[in-house]
Amino acid sequence: MRILALVAKRLFWFVPTAAGLIAVVFFISRVIPSDPVALIAGETASRAQIEVLRTKLGLDRPLPVQLVDYYRQLLKGDLGTSLFTTRPVADDLFARLPATIELTVAAMLIAVSIGIPLGVISATRRNSGIDHGLRIASVAGLAIASFWLALILQLLFSMKLGVLPLQGRIAGFPPRAVTGFMTIDALIAGRADRFWSALAHLALPAITLAVPALATIVRFTRAGVLDTLGRPFVDYQRATGIPRALIVWKYVLRNALTSTVTQIGLLFGILLAGAVVIETVFQWPGIGTYAFEAILHSDYAAVMGFTVYAGGIFMLVNLLVDVVHGLIDPRGGTA
Amino acid sequence: MIADPLLAISDLAIAFRTGHGVARVLDGVNLSVGRGRIMGLVGESGCGKTTLARAVLSVLAPNALIEGGTIHFGGLDLLALPRARLETEVKGRRITFVPQDPYGAFNPLFRVGDQMMEVMKWKSPRRQPYERGFGPLLTRFPRARYKTDREALIALLNEVQIPDPERALAKLPGAFSGGQRQRLLIAMALMTNPDLIIADEPTTALDVTIQAQILKLLKRLARERGVSILLTTHDLGTAYEICDEVTVMYAGQDVETAPVAAFFTHPRHPYTARLLESLPSPNREIKEIGGEVPSLLAPPQGCRFHPRCERASPECTASRPAKSGTGGHIVRCFHPLTMAAEVAP
Repeated sequence: MRILALVAKRLFWFVPTAAGLIAVVFFISRVIPSDPVALIAGETASRAQIEVLRTKLGLDRPLPVQLVDYYRQLLKGDLGTSLFTTRPVADDLFARLPATIELTVAAMLIAVSIGIPLGVISATRRNSGIDHGLRIASVAGLAIASFWLALILQLLFSMKLGVLPLQGRIAGFPPRAVTGFMTIDALIAGRADRFWSALAHLALPAITLAVPALATIVRFTRAGVLDTLGRPFVDYQRATGIPRALIVWKYVLRNALTSTVTQIGLLFGILLAGAVVIETVFQWPGIGTYAFEAILHSDYAAVMGFTVYAGGIFMLVNLLVDVVHGLIDPRGGTA
Repeated sequence: MIADPLLAISDLAIAFRTGHGVARVLDGVNLSVGRGRIMGLVGESGCGKTTLARAVLSVLAPNALIEGGTIHFGGLDLLALPRARLETEVKGRRITFVPQDPYGAFNPLFRVGDQMMEVMKWKSPRRQPYERGFGPLLTRFPRARYKTDREALIALLNEVQIPDPERALAKLPGAFSGGQRQRLLIAMALMTNPDLIIADEPTTALDVTIQAQILKLLKRLARERGVSILLTTHDLGTAYEICDEVTVMYAGQDVETAPVAAFFTHPRHPYTARLLESLPSPNREIKEIGGEVPSLLAPPQGCRFHPRCERASPECTASRPAKSGTGGHIVRCFHPLTMAAEVAP
């Protein structure tokens, strides 16, 4: 009941949050000093021809009017037409979305499943060699530029060792699309070889994307565990003589995770931004590469469409985070 | 001395490594707790009583250094006992703990019942030695024992006067007042049928009106079960309320042990006498103990009280006085007050 009320409250705030986000991105995309109409019209178009095209596309009207129009379209599920591919942006994005979700979820799984245990170990062995090593590694993980890491991993695992594919989502024909997630579709089709191929293609981009998130999760988990270890109930539990590992991995970790989980929600936004770069380097056909192309071509509708999608995903993930937070911390009142 | 004490601490010396040097927190402490007896450990903050309590519980901080002495408990030498046996047989099972701060003792995110049953899972008197699991995280609570353990716990919660125990177990710690939490913690300390309960300032965090209730409850339940209690307190009223014997500590040394009545009427150590004089009383003015508690980084030689003592002589600085006295009334002083000397009540 408590969780449902929380979800309802959050859903209510989706509308103004989304509207605000769209307005901000709308105005930013319009002040970029490049003229998409001129780009579409081509190099040989005359000034008059460009202006005719501008009127036709509705880009000559005042910005607020254009924004209201955009909201109206959006309510109908219409994200406009890409100036470049001339296909509806909504269709383009929808077709590419599963690839990005597969990539970001895989990266998040790697970051969480490795980051949380490492954070706990780092905290329980504070100031040991392991702790110092992990702290240096996590600062490095945050500092490394992801496109550089991507290139290094490609060089090492694909070019030199030849154990992982360089780019793309799968070798040969993809399995029949059911969910759009290549790994899951391969399993549904019962094709183990397809599954391994999809997984191998997923490995490098997912790891690259996971590194900064992993570093952040290690740091937050470490801080949370250290903070909790100093609280009096830990001291009391030790005196009750129950196994030490149980105190750390069950009782202390739950308290520590309340802050880590919130961080994971915020990290998802960083992951989506990172996906734009990583997808481009690995030729991963998701909404990140789409956004990259759209920006290069000053494709307003496509850039806006990507933003709406990314914003929507980010809000949904944070809604999920709030639910998980509510499950971890049953006291309520934290929403 | 007690003939066959449950707990016998001899010449226990514990130091802490700190950033400023080594602090000699316990300097050859002796203390015995008889079976079914309640021993009060009295002293000012920083006199080492909590360190002593934690040493018996074997939960000393990692920077603590046991420099000498022994802790014998029910025929076991706790300081020499293998860690595994200490953890499974003694800690939390035969020696349990009532903490000082009932508000902080529960993890706020877990139901009270789950936290209590977690301890039961590992420390129940009905736990069989052949119970095996896959490490601390994957061991299951045997079904049949869970049921009997839970029933035993509920019966105990009735005894500590927690209303509607079944529902109380399903609540989060935040739903309970300080007094109720301390009742829960007393139940937790009793549920494993221990021989000894260490109660570290168990009522300091509570309202004065609640303090007496909690102390009486603890005393009654311990008496009924023949459980011994080692209770640390800086509050002489608390000691008077529930203890059979009292040991006074000053700056890491035990200075006097006496039956509770003799302690209040015939104190023999100058420090004890001054401590009692510092109590408020309608018949006389409060007298302060002059001087300051010494630094444990560089404590005075011999009797650590001598710099503040009116009766001090050169021999007090030279060495620590041996035990003297008759019956259960032991004092460690070269110049004790005579038995006749009485402090105005």
